[in-house]
Amino acid sequence: MEQQNLKDTFPKGCIEKITGSCLVLPGDDIDTDRIIPARFLKCINFESLGEQVFADDRIEKNGSHPFDQTTNKDASILVVNENFGCGSSREHAPQALMRWGIRAIIGQSFAEIFFGNCLALGIPCMTTSASSIRAIQKEIHNQPNQVWKVDIANCLIKNISREWKVNIETGFQEMLLKGQWDTTAQLLSKKNELITTMNKLPYLNNFKSMS
Amino acid sequence: MLSGGATQIFVGLHLIHEVTSPQAFAALKELGMKVRCPDRTVATVDHIVPTTDQSRPFSDPLAEEMLLTLEKNCQNHNIKLYGLGSGNQGIVHVIAPELGLTQPGMTVVCGDSHTSTHGAFGAIAFGIGTSQVRDVLATQSLTMNKLKVRRIWIDGQLNQGVYAKDLILHIIKTLGVKGGVGYAYEFAGPAIEALSMEERMTICNMAIEGGARCGYINPDEITFDYLQGRIHSPVGSSWDKAIHWWRKLSSDLDAVYDDEIKFDASKISPTVTWGITPGQGISIEELLPYPESLEDKDKQIAEEAYKYMKLKPGSSIKDVQIDVCFIGSCTNGRLSDLEIAADIVKGNKVAKGVKAFVVPGSEKVANDAISKGLDNVFKDAGFQWREPGCSMCLAMNPDRLNGSQISASSSNRNFKGRQGSANGRTLLMSPAMVAAAAITGKVSDVRNLLTQQS
Ligand code: SF4
Repeated sequence: MEQQNLKDTFPKGCIEKITGSCLVLPGDDIDTDRIIPARFLKCINFESLGEQVFADDRIEKNGSHPFDQTTNKDASILVVNENFGCGSSREHAPQALMRWGIRAIIGQSFAEIFFGNCLALGIPCMTTSASSIRAIQKEIHNQPNQVWKVDIANCLIKNISREWKVNIETGFQEMLLKGQWDTTAQLLSKKNELITTMNKLPYLNNFKSMS
Repeated sequence: MLSGGATQIFVGLHLIHEVTSPQAFAALKELGMKVRCPDRTVATVDHIVPTTDQSRPFSDPLAEEMLLTLEKNCQNHNIKLYGLGSGNQGIVHVIAPELGLTQPGMTVVCGDSHTSTHGAFGAIAFGIGTSQVRDVLATQSLTMNKLKVRRIWIDGQLNQGVYAKDLILHIIKTLGVKGGVGYAYEFAGPAIEALSMEERMTICNMAIEGGARCGYINPDEITFDYLQGRIHSPVGSSWDKAIHWWRKLSSDLDAVYDDEIKFDASKISPTVTWGITPGQGISIEELLPYPESLEDKDKQIAEEAYKYMKLKPGSSIKDVQIDVCFIGSCTNGRLSDLEIAADIVKGNKVAKGVKAFVVPGSEKVANDAISKGLDNVFKDAGFQWREPGCSMCLAMNPDRLNGSQISASSSNRNFKGRQGSANGRTLLMSPAMVAAAAITGKVSDVRNLLTQQS
């Protein structure tokens, strides 16, 4: 029941830890076209994206794709390899993952725009070494339904018996922990500084201020 | 400085289009806010527009709804929309430079990863996600972390039949699709200085494909010449002052970079991708690599690519049969691209069984091309001449591959399914190489056609 709730409530406020089962999606360079094929971008809201995540890969795998396996159905932590989320800047990709139920992603590395898009939704993307990823994948493989915890304050991912170090830049970590990943509010608070900058930019006054 | 050590940066030019803006406008409405700087925000439609019949309403109701939503949002917030038939509609990264909106020293953002294109003007330009679009609409600023800078220095000059597209494909193939993560790429050196603005845009356009957040080229006389007299360029005494400011923006000669890499342009051959990432490219003379011979990190994706592309290691990319030829996109849909391709096509015919089409990057490109008679050159050869838009670059419109068709494409991405069919295959190459493929029906070295002509 708790898991079910998790799927419908999106991240809010301070994000300190994510608890749930893990889903392994192996492979490097998984791009956002695969996460959400372009034809699903034809929408004016994000609502139905959860069902369409990895649509083409799932059709190709005919039920055996990690996002279709029943053991993964309640997973909230996604475990990936290198350069996850490369390609198009579409925020539909993290939206689709979030609406499917993903609340944290652990991987070797992430594409930058994707990382930023996830952060803006309150979904931490944390990195760790290839060997840790392999070890984590193995543990999940051995026991798919076990409970994992991603601890953002201490930069750890752990199950009942072991833990691994994961990384996130302290700045981003702080934003999550303090609930300040909502960037709009932050940016609005610096109105005056922005006006100062604007007054200094020559192209905003048709270069009149230039001597 | 913001919480988390990020910097708040002002956005000088915010470009919006129909795909990534509707949710951002909806969020703005929820916050009860207005657009902070409507005069720094410019809209067009490109991704979903059909390229055959553009009369309204579109036959695809979803596409029509997206366009209506954009029109309504622009109207409500006083944002200039260069819509269909305005004479200035087109792919967002084609029209902003054309209109003189993109200028040196600006920060240019758009909810589209190929915003890096505008870096060709010495602007800092990058793609953003929809929540950032919301932030920029609301505050005309966004949060950003400092990037490292890698200077990519290109010595020598490109040989005949080798173009900016080959150069950037070569760079990405060498540095890899992840090579640029965390970096801005500064493209410099004699080969870059010799490029026209349109060619420079092709280079910066694909910086993102090399993993860099943005790419840029220092502004110079070629930049200023391009900008002079454009609709939004400064005029009169402002123009002189602008040039004075723009000149000062160039990197200092003794600038220190986080990393530097050198290439020699004269050693580069026409380059084609064979796989499912833009980094999987080879020169036309090479044979497809054996996965065993690759570095560990490239093996798995190479095997996946061979399976998907139905190609064999050790075989030649030359002579691979092509079904569809696409000339267009924000990488290579500008006038000079069409001119180069038309030169090759002229007096030839599209090979039997090949569907070939040209999609100008903007209404202005289309009009200029028509006034030079290029449309007829293409049509006489058997190409279709289409209306401007993104078209088969990403197939959010009716232009797409069917089944496992294979395309020669002047666009920028060859990801699985990118061109609208879940098993469609894409070979990226220069417009000249696409033209050569159209005529011969297979991947061909365009240099051979050029020698025949001369
Ligand atoms: S042409 Fe292609 S890459 Fe460029 S903006 Fe359109 S869809 Fe994106």
